[in-house]
Amino acid sequence: MRRYRRLGAVLLVAALATSACGRDPDKRDSDKKAGDTTGVTDTSIKVGGTFPLTGVAAPGYSEIPKGIKAYFDYVNAQGGVHGRKIQWTVKDDGYNPTQTSAVTNELVLKDKVFAMLGSLGTPTHEAVVDFLNDNKVPDIFVSSGSVAWGDDPDKYPWTFGWQTDYESEGKVIGQYIADNMPDAKIGLFLQDDDFGASGEAGLRKYVDKQIVEVQKYTPGGTDVTPQVAALKASGADLVVGFNVPSYTALTQLVSLKVGYKPQWFYSNVGSDPTLVGALLANFSKGAVSNGASLLDGVMSTAYLPGVDQPDNPWVTLYQKVWDANGEGGPLTNYLVYGMSEAYTFVQALQAAGQDLTREGLVDALASDGGDFKGPTYGPFRYSDDSHLGTSGFQVVKLAGGATQPLTDVLTTDIGDADIEKYDGEPATPPSNGIPK
Amino acid sequence: MSTLAVRSAALWRVPLLRHVVLGLVGLTVMLFVLGSLSPFRDAQLATMAYLAIAAGGLTVLTGFSGQLSLGHGAFLAVGAYTTAVLLEDGDPPFPLVGVMVAAVVVTVAVGAVVGIAAARLHGPYVAGATLALAVAVPSLARYLDGLGQEQGLHVRVPDVPTWFDDTVWMITGADVDPTSYVAYLGWTALVVTYVLLANLMRSRVGRTWRALSNDDVAAEIAGVRLGRARVLAFVVSTAAAGLAGSLMAMAVRVTSPSGFSVDLSVTLLSAIVLGGLGTLSGALIGSALLTFLPQAVTSWGTSAGLSDVRAAELAPVAYGLIMIAVVLLAPAGIVGSLRRVWWRRRGIA
Amino acid sequence: MQQFMTTLLGGLTLGAVYASFALALCLIWRSTRVVNFAQAPMAMVTTYVGLEVIEATGSYWLGFAVALAAGFVLGALVERLLVRHVEGAGDLNIVILTLGLFVALHGLAALVFGSDYRSFPAPFGLKGLHVGGHNVAITPFGVFTIVAVGIVLVLLVLLFRSTDVGLRMRAAAFSPEVARLLGVRVGAMLTLGWALAAVVGSLAGLLIAGGNLVFPQYMDSVVVYGFVAAVLGGLDSPVGSVVGGLILGLVLSFVSGYVAGDLVPVTALIVLVGVLLVRPGGLFSHVAERRV
Repeated sequence: MRRYRRLGAVLLVAALATSACGRDPDKRDSDKKAGDTTGVTDTSIKVGGTFPLTGVAAPGYSEIPKGIKAYFDYVNAQGGVHGRKIQWTVKDDGYNPTQTSAVTNELVLKDKVFAMLGSLGTPTHEAVVDFLNDNKVPDIFVSSGSVAWGDDPDKYPWTFGWQTDYESEGKVIGQYIADNMPDAKIGLFLQDDDFGASGEAGLRKYVDKQIVEVQKYTPGGTDVTPQVAALKASGADLVVGFNVPSYTALTQLVSLKVGYKPQWFYSNVGSDPTLVGALLANFSKGAVSNGASLLDGVMSTAYLPGVDQPDNPWVTLYQKVWDANGEGGPLTNYLVYGMSEAYTFVQALQAAGQDLTREGLVDALASDGGDFKGPTYGPFRYSDDSHLGTSGFQVVKLAGGATQPLTDVLTTDIGDADIEKYDGEPATPPSNGIPK
Repeated sequence: MSTLAVRSAALWRVPLLRHVVLGLVGLTVMLFVLGSLSPFRDAQLATMAYLAIAAGGLTVLTGFSGQLSLGHGAFLAVGAYTTAVLLEDGDPPFPLVGVMVAAVVVTVAVGAVVGIAAARLHGPYVAGATLALAVAVPSLARYLDGLGQEQGLHVRVPDVPTWFDDTVWMITGADVDPTSYVAYLGWTALVVTYVLLANLMRSRVGRTWRALSNDDVAAEIAGVRLGRARVLAFVVSTAAAGLAGSLMAMAVRVTSPSGFSVDLSVTLLSAIVLGGLGTLSGALIGSALLTFLPQAVTSWGTSAGLSDVRAAELAPVAYGLIMIAVVLLAPAGIVGSLRRVWWRRRGIA
Repeated sequence: MQQFMTTLLGGLTLGAVYASFALALCLIWRSTRVVNFAQAPMAMVTTYVGLEVIEATGSYWLGFAVALAAGFVLGALVERLLVRHVEGAGDLNIVILTLGLFVALHGLAALVFGSDYRSFPAPFGLKGLHVGGHNVAITPFGVFTIVAVGIVLVLLVLLFRSTDVGLRMRAAAFSPEVARLLGVRVGAMLTLGWALAAVVGSLAGLLIAGGNLVFPQYMDSVVVYGFVAAVLGGLDSPVGSVVGGLILGLVLSFVSGYVAGDLVPVTALIVLVGVLLVRPGGLFSHVAERRV
């Protein structure tokens, strides 16, 4: 009994002693220095990202971080950026927001990364965007075309998008249809999330009255025969699909089954002719004799060169990078996507200068990012008013497994912004493959 | 022995008192532990807290009253969505405790309906119905406009109350950041839940449950009203799930359908079996295992020279093999096996 | 009208797939009183084995046969090496064991076969059939699927009704002690039950995969709906499994095409609970409901 009383006394004294010291009211603000250099040393920069490496969303998407890594390895082999090598850490979230939250905590609080790069997915990134902004962690180039990543820099000053947003893409597709196919009866085939919803919103700005049917699918769900049957029954002769590549293949297969032959117009995400063509080609025992030919005449948009253009100087560079630093296997458009994100990130690091801070990186992107020249067809929209990514599209047609342009590069923005022709020259990569 | 010692030893045998004392000790330890750890560890402990609360509830249902639920994640979803709707604009209509109570009430309402339906079924039929429920609830959330569809709802955890921050600081000398705040909430809720569950399991109701999991025919002959006891187990279990869902919403900061896949239900089920079926300590240990294991496996993989991607791909393999190994080598779970060793030692001594 | 027909035929084909999976679950339940949640990933692994053979040799039917044989071996191995050692440890432990196997096999398949989409060929055409100049929204492979499920159903009913082995298997599952006294080699019967169920499961995997994309999770939706179909029909009845599968396939197809894809799982729940409230043992439960 006595022992316990003594322990109580010790605790009481300790409590009094600590409280007597008083609280420093500014303690919580004491972190405000000239700039936050978390994760940066004279020789290294720690960068992290979250991707679905396992589970339903892993096919395809798990290649993006491999592309990023290959490009960073390439840059590091040539001395890094301002003498710093980039250390790239990927964490698996299995496309589950609960996991995204856990592994982002790990990257930010335990591994203490300087910045997040390329983290993938809309619902997944929704889970961490507040946390990253509250903790003032640069949240660079979210791999998703949601307008949430950049339309309101006052709300999320630390978050930047990278790819074209789905709403702008819907507008460009809508205007093209309104101008060139004004009599088409349009059916929509949409992924049931913000990807499909934003695309539909953009389309409706131009072709609202032409749309006769809307069908949605849940990724990973069951058979899409009922949806395609409903599209066919509606009499739609032009189907615009905002879907992922596997569902491009599935809609083509189901259309064969139900005997439906509309003009197909897939969004950029779903149109990867090399990937979809290869998937369809393997059904050779069936009626599909040549997978790529099944896609002939399909329309889409492009904002980045793809592996179907091996002579494009960017694709040549990426092929070289992948051969030297990759994990083997062919170059894919997911790898191209990852390497392109990494390229823009290196541009941002260069622009932020020798004295790298979190604030410096974000400021440099907002002030200089609009002038970055890179693989994307159009310019980035980065400014103090917008953190949205690139917005240059080309409407294309697939033929013989490759894309053929149907229009000039067109730029636009979300909301009521007009669609304009982009006059800039296509950029070519610097000779050493590393931005200045 | 002094009379005081005798009297306190006698008091210790009263379950209610013992559980309350253990709970108070737990709360005190928690205060110091959470105050001294890094925000990252606090975040992990917050995860462990909501998993453990849900697993505790599932222990009552599956481990104790013998109804196999493959859809407990659905009840967490109900609690989480209730919380998310109330916290959406960061300005709840009533204090945070009220929000958590609301989550419990709504979940219990759903749980009671499911429980009444499930009470008529047994064995794999309960499993089938609850599995369908686990898939149906997230897809319903995807369908309904007000629930944010696929993107889900943002959850804004209210600011740390000044009085709370000051009290914790007085005691531990550590400030409370928002991440740690959720951990404090979670562990307080965990201790309260476990004290309540422990008492319930030692009570008449608890004995009834145990009887019907062992032999429901005999139990009925002995005068147990099966249906009522089964529904009650469902209600208690879903109350815990609702509370866990509420905390999960705050810890994850978003509530969206993809967070409540069948995986979550499987995770909870494996937590109670790995830890040791039918005991709260087993549920607690199982939850700890499932919180810390995945991260440990991937870090082990990367430190062994694997690439990040390979290590991530290896994690589910290791997780699955561990589940299999525990079932094969320690069928009574970790707690059960330790107990067996303990008894054997005492028997020899 | 045509949309109705297409949706109907699509539902039938989908239902046949659920039915084949439910048959595998039913078989294993009948012969061992276990619900095998690892059925789908086991079938996924054997389908991948089949795909590797097809890609190496170019022969669909060789791959088909190898996949079924692999299923037999895998089923027997799982029973001998794993399931046998947890018998008597409580139902829940076996459930967790199969769930552990589920997780581990998914992970292993991603490591060994890669996690990318791959296309699985079909032995018959994938174009819809034409009857009297009209397109009928069913492919020759779809017809094959329905026929194959019918054949398996007949074989299973024959096995359990008319053969000695089937009787022994049921006896071993129903009352191992009594069966043993009567000279049934209970252990061998259990192994055989798992092996045969895995063959049927492999067939389900092949039927889903044919003319479709495979990746380690490609059977995930079938796990849920196949199980729901089996429970709907009454786990004990092969006929029930097939009827349950067809009902589910049709209902889900119509909801998906005419209402909303997101309501499919809710519909499955409503159908299942509705049926179970009226018949707690499923549609085709032979065993009189226990009065307790």
